[in-house]
Amino acid sequence: MTIKKLNGNVPEGAIHEKWEKHKFNMKLVNPANKRKFNVIVVGTGLAGASAAASLAELGYNVQSFCIQDSPRRAHSIAAQGGINAAKNYPNDGDSPWRLFYDTVKGGDYRAREANVYRLAEVANNIIDQCVAQGVPFARDYGGYLSNRSFGGAQVSRTFYARGQTGQQLLLGAYSAMMKEVNKGKIKLYARREMLDLVLVNNKARGIITRNVVTGEIERYAADAVLLCTGGYGNVYFLSTNAMASNCSAAWRAHKRGAYFANPCYTQIHPTCIPVHGDHQSKLTLMSESLRNDGRVWVPKDKDDKRAPNEIPEDDRDYYLERKYPSFGNLVPRDVASRNAKQAVDDGKGVGPTSVAVYLDFRDAIKRDGKDTIAAKYGNLFDMYERITDDDPYQVPMRIYPAVHYTMGGLWVDYNLQSNIPGLFVLGEANFSDHGANRLGASALMQGLADGYFVAPYTLGNYFVTDKPEQEKVTIDSPEFEKAHKESREKLDKLLSINGSKTTDDFHRELGQIMWEYVGMARNEEGLKKGISEIKALREQFWKDLKVTGDNNNINTELEKANRVADFLELGELMARDALERRESCGGHFRDESQTEENEALRDDENFSHVAAWEFQGVDAEPLRHIEELQFENVALTQRSYK
Amino acid sequence: MGNNTQSMNISLKVWRQKDRLDKGHMEDYKMDNVSPDMSFLELIDVLNERLVREGKDPIAFDHDCREGICGMCSLMINGQAHGPEALTTTCQLHMRKFKNGDTIVVEPFRARAFPVLKDLMVDRSAFDEIIAAGGYVNVSTGNPQDANALPISKENADLSMDAAACVGCAACVASCKNASAMLFVSAKVSQLALLPQGAVEADERVQSMVEKMDELGFGNCTNERECEASCPKGIDISNIARMNRDFLKSSISAKK
Repeated sequence: MTIKKLNGNVPEGAIHEKWEKHKFNMKLVNPANKRKFNVIVVGTGLAGASAAASLAELGYNVQSFCIQDSPRRAHSIAAQGGINAAKNYPNDGDSPWRLFYDTVKGGDYRAREANVYRLAEVANNIIDQCVAQGVPFARDYGGYLSNRSFGGAQVSRTFYARGQTGQQLLLGAYSAMMKEVNKGKIKLYARREMLDLVLVNNKARGIITRNVVTGEIERYAADAVLLCTGGYGNVYFLSTNAMASNCSAAWRAHKRGAYFANPCYTQIHPTCIPVHGDHQSKLTLMSESLRNDGRVWVPKDKDDKRAPNEIPEDDRDYYLERKYPSFGNLVPRDVASRNAKQAVDDGKGVGPTSVAVYLDFRDAIKRDGKDTIAAKYGNLFDMYERITDDDPYQVPMRIYPAVHYTMGGLWVDYNLQSNIPGLFVLGEANFSDHGANRLGASALMQGLADGYFVAPYTLGNYFVTDKPEQEKVTIDSPEFEKAHKESREKLDKLLSINGSKTTDDFHRELGQIMWEYVGMARNEEGLKKGISEIKALREQFWKDLKVTGDNNNINTELEKANRVADFLELGELMARDALERRESCGGHFRDESQTEENEALRDDENFSHVAAWEFQGVDAEPLRHIEELQFENVALTQRSYK
Repeated sequence: MGNNTQSMNISLKVWRQKDRLDKGHMEDYKMDNVSPDMSFLELIDVLNERLVREGKDPIAFDHDCREGICGMCSLMINGQAHGPEALTTTCQLHMRKFKNGDTIVVEPFRARAFPVLKDLMVDRSAFDEIIAAGGYVNVSTGNPQDANALPISKENADLSMDAAACVGCAACVASCKNASAMLFVSAKVSQLALLPQGAVEADERVQSMVEKMDELGFGNCTNERECEASCPKGIDISNIARMNRDFLKSSISAKK
């Protein structure tokens, strides 16, 4: 197999000058000509809404698509903690350079330096923009913006709006977008699901969607397509993602030729509310700040079934404090998650399902008083009690890790353009900025940086350089005809199998395979087993699926089946990527590659690269291309938390 | 887990309506072995999976984040928007709040401006139209002044945030006998009017948003306060008072 070495198209020059120079070197579309260009934006989360608004303001004609009933519902809305920016308002030594450095290191040296630097550079601008839109960030008594520290950073650089920062930033971007809807510069298409990407002469020129209210399959043509469709965590069935979050837009683009980069990089968040039963539909995350005061433990004896408060001190194993005396309960997310899994695998899990560990505030309440703990964590304690009916002031919380974010995604170059000309990918849907692990409060920053401050520049350059508009493409062209027909056939096929198992049956089963073999810790044997089990499940899916109803009405079962069909393919690629990456880094932990202290051990010599996979057919082996990563500004080091 | 581990038997009466034009009817479903730790939407998930196995059409309902923040879930549960728990969206309502043997009536959010699409799913895009009419600050992406250039009193920033917490679920409309959207509209009007960035256009904004609200067929406010009682985010009706004041003021001073 020939392996391509991909070029990230990173501009020349010192890292702090690259973006500035690149902005100058990029070509501009004459203001009067912008109205001649049509742009499709799929998704209305932070990346999609900010891009749609900014492009419409520049004068482009934007068509915006979302799966929900309103653009305001995209899952960015659920982000709690905050958004990073190196404003250095607290005068604690922050700078774009430090934010850049922390992000590259936090990503375990698997991100592209130049992209991360640009992100750190434009972050300040995001805060200015959001304040101008009327985002009600937290303020102190002098009326100035308040900051807090987050995710282990040594500076206070996180801006927040109570525990609803994602909501407020998204509503800001949504309102900016609705302003352009009102002017007629954005045409809004809600309750649409993207079924396919349409290429004409190897350029992205449109999409096929399904109107989920009427069932109608629709065609839309444009001069460029922006995918802002989020991550693929729902491949695990249970995750903290929203119910409709899915991989289909990105995956269908992949099947049309777009490379999928680092699919094995998933982030599993340690402090989530555990699964309570078979009927569980999703998982809920609680801020990891809880670990500042809570102590994690399990009973020493796996047969100890006493209620937690009846288990005396000597019979408890505070395993994080024992194994990591200097960091204790504050080890990074991946380490905390893996150790919880270890405790459960050893049979020491707690609660009715035995798949949980305790997070105990007893000592903190004794030390600081209930009021102090309530002031810090009151809203989280309330949320926990609402869901579990347990009072965490009285009995320890039960927690367990859950899939939360995916760092992998479609491969893009420095301009956020995929290997398909005219296909741009923004936000969580691309792979570019977080390497193998994302830091807290960085997802919001990246989504808005891509949409407000990167794509609006790079898209114009594409239009001037590639001149897609010179080639007239209409929705009647044969390429649209073909993609439409294939989409229709796929849906018809799903409806016609008429087997015995529901979509959720298959999805649950896939989730179990993924969690078992492509979850928190992976090894060669398990990954190989996982790949063969996914293949077998996929085969069974196409033989024994049951979908009721038809395609001419609201049919949520059909929507789900169509997504799970893609998850069944993506899951296999994730396992393959994890198998080929024979090192541990960030959220990807290979049992075979760990330090004596059981920490992730990178192999910089062989794996300091991005793996970008090229689709070759559903049952064919994909090609693994690589993009070498150059670290000229940050020194690579090994993490240790002992 | 909770303390209530006894499984429950529940009878559901659910509104079924094939599409926009169908007349619709109530249908009965018996649910056995309901875990008290299930959310209300998970109960419908379980019922739907059963219906699919039986080859029947599952119940359509809107939902997404299931964390109480996206505002997509709805439902009138025993006549109350989002069910019996205060400050709770349907997705965060758990079966332990009901009793073994209960009969629960489930209907869509009803209002003239919200046509039923299917079963429990309604079209709330009228809310987007109201926002498009003026629920924003007219600022383009670019290089605004530094975020700290204009101090905003903590009191106003907090009041603005209180109003901005609205999730746009429309429980306020569904529970109002007039199907008024005053709480929703006033929350956005207040959020922006309380900030210097939004104050500049406050007069035009309140006029155009109220005009759009009326045009879309929402009713008037007659101070029933049902909206406030049903709001899962605790949006205060003082926002309506603020909007009325701003509306009157701007009607007098309007330039056009």
